[in-house]
Amino acid sequence: MSRTFVGMPKFQVGARHALADTQLRRNLAHATRTIRAKRGAVVGEVADWEELRVKGAEAKDRVLSNLDTYLVELEARLVEAGATVHWARDAAEANGIVVDLVKATGADEVVKVKSMATVEIELNQALEAAGIAAWETDLAELIVQLGDDLPSHILVPAIHRNRAEVREIFLREMGKVGRPAPEGLTDEPPRLAEAARLHLREKFLRAKVAVSGANFAIAETGTLVVVESEGNGRMCLTLPDTLISVVGIEKLLPTWDDLGVFLQLLPRSSTGERMNPYTSMWTGRTEEDGPQDVHVVLVDNGRTNVLADVVGRQALRCIRCSACLNVCPVYERVGGKAYGSVYPGPIGAVLGPQLRGRQGKLEQSLPYASTLCGACFDVCPVRIELPDLLVHLRTRVVDDHRGGLPSAEALTMRAGAFTLSRADRLEKAQNAATGVGHLLRGRASLGRVPWPLSAWSEARDVPAPPRHTFRQWWAKREGGRG
Amino acid sequence: MSAVRVALFATCFNDTMWPSTPKAVVTLLERLGCTVEFPRAQTCCGQMFTNTGYAAEAVPLVRSFVDVFGSYDAVVVPSGSCTGSVREQHAGLARRAGDPGLEAAVEAVTPKVHELSEFLVDVLGVTDVGAYFPHRVTYHPTCHSLRMIRVGDRPLRLLRAVRGIDLVDLPAAEECCGFGGTFAMKNADVSIAMGSDKARHVRETGAEVLIAGDNSCLAHIGGLLERQRAGVRTMHLAEVLAATEEDPS
Repeated sequence: MSRTFVGMPKFQVGARHALADTQLRRNLAHATRTIRAKRGAVVGEVADWEELRVKGAEAKDRVLSNLDTYLVELEARLVEAGATVHWARDAAEANGIVVDLVKATGADEVVKVKSMATVEIELNQALEAAGIAAWETDLAELIVQLGDDLPSHILVPAIHRNRAEVREIFLREMGKVGRPAPEGLTDEPPRLAEAARLHLREKFLRAKVAVSGANFAIAETGTLVVVESEGNGRMCLTLPDTLISVVGIEKLLPTWDDLGVFLQLLPRSSTGERMNPYTSMWTGRTEEDGPQDVHVVLVDNGRTNVLADVVGRQALRCIRCSACLNVCPVYERVGGKAYGSVYPGPIGAVLGPQLRGRQGKLEQSLPYASTLCGACFDVCPVRIELPDLLVHLRTRVVDDHRGGLPSAEALTMRAGAFTLSRADRLEKAQNAATGVGHLLRGRASLGRVPWPLSAWSEARDVPAPPRHTFRQWWAKREGGRG
Repeated sequence: MSAVRVALFATCFNDTMWPSTPKAVVTLLERLGCTVEFPRAQTCCGQMFTNTGYAAEAVPLVRSFVDVFGSYDAVVVPSGSCTGSVREQHAGLARRAGDPGLEAAVEAVTPKVHELSEFLVDVLGVTDVGAYFPHRVTYHPTCHSLRMIRVGDRPLRLLRAVRGIDLVDLPAAEECCGFGGTFAMKNADVSIAMGSDKARHVRETGAEVLIAGDNSCLAHIGGLLERQRAGVRTMHLAEVLAATEEDPS
């Protein structure tokens, strides 16, 4: 149970692998189509949706441009309310803090609420290394964990699995880590949910420590908010003695009133529901009610680097709804693993290189993992201009490589720009093309052609150049008139 | 209708590979009473460079575009994505170049740049352009037409007014075809996977002609259809609108 994203290859390699997985293609096509339709229906019924998007974006931008003040405000409110606040610059610091806190309680296991931040920092692996078992309690996270698998979606990390596969995983794995799946388990969703419920119940009742993330952290009040569908989160947040919440510093909202906007934007965008079934909110510690030892770990882990880029920082508005994944035609065909991190899809292609830097081949390939079709921007509840950010990051990647030995692509681009910089140069190049066109005597297609155009012609016929260009025709026509 | 003076921005791709499209624009606009000019110094909007990350290479093309087209009242472009490149990206490139003069020139020219269907419907105020095209067709709204410059249903309104046409809906029409400029080469496998689904939807319509406002996307979908010997040809919107009973395409 310790698979990690470390050492993932560039996007194209993972994508080719995923494209060949027919079961994955079918599961993803079905799941994304279903959730797109649900989202479309519930967003369509909100008359002031655009206004809500603008308000959401504004609230997040307010946070991002005053992050220092809001973080200090949040810390003050949390401390007043009896919580302990910890600060972590990176994943290692955050993991160290959580491991020490768990060790201090004497516990050798924790129950976990679904949390992107803890997957991002690979907390489970750190806990495991310290001899502490981390039990995922969200159904999809449980499927991923039991299957020794990697998550492939933000909201539905096991979206790549169908119910037949889930049944097999439950039957094979549950008994190894706790209560086995009931005998005669079928792949009907209610039976699978029941198996998960029975398996998890003993862990909920036994656990002394819970680890969560937070969807929102309200600076004005010190309140943390977790939004979920299954109730497992509520169990974790209320039953154990100790609650440790790992929160990315961009999760802040300025005021309580801002939360109202996001509780409308998030469920409709993510699960396609008017309202999510469970919304848990807690403000520090409440005497004789719920966890009495409450910790909040505020994590940077690259977020301040994103903030430093005035164009790129809008990616930090993201509320992890997954709408951009579900609508992305690239994601629909390759799934989440090709993106090589816990954040897949268009937002992952943007956040990955921003959070982790652009040194790796994977990070350099991610901004190109999009046709720039723009469907992601249209569904983003906080109006992140994803196509513009992808182009921005492509420019960064190209500029990073200037000065060194130019690649074949860079040389082609330079030659192209030189040719297109003046009409007389373009005309010379066109004469060469129409020369070929004449030799072909009107053939419409070249069919297959050699490298480097073979990347095109492997599956697509190549059009033949015409016998004359438009400007040649125009010159002849104007000449005839003169 | 008084004669409208129009500059045609053919686009480098159409000029070189698909001359029948800008020719059709000339035929169509002259039929509608416009005076069409083709400024010969024009080359390229720079889209391929911009979208692949070569912003520095695109800036001289922005400069050239405003020099060539700055003096015209209206510029017509038979491409949604090249229109988008000018209207949505040139300003950012000028800002990046740190040249306030260029920024001002871009700001002055971009509102005058129209994609073909926008120019016909919004500037000339026509939807029935007098075309005749007695074929079963389907229309693919290209992503940049739809989501970058937001042409809406203008192309469909123009097509519905064509005499003799049998226009059928394309399933999942608004989904990207997978072309994506250099994406088609850099991520060829995903591009082909997306294009195969688009080609399947096109074939499901039983149309003999697939129409779009961008020849780049059509070269991708058409290349797949041709490889399959699908019996579907591709045509630019301009060519369908230029066709008449006397002068069919």
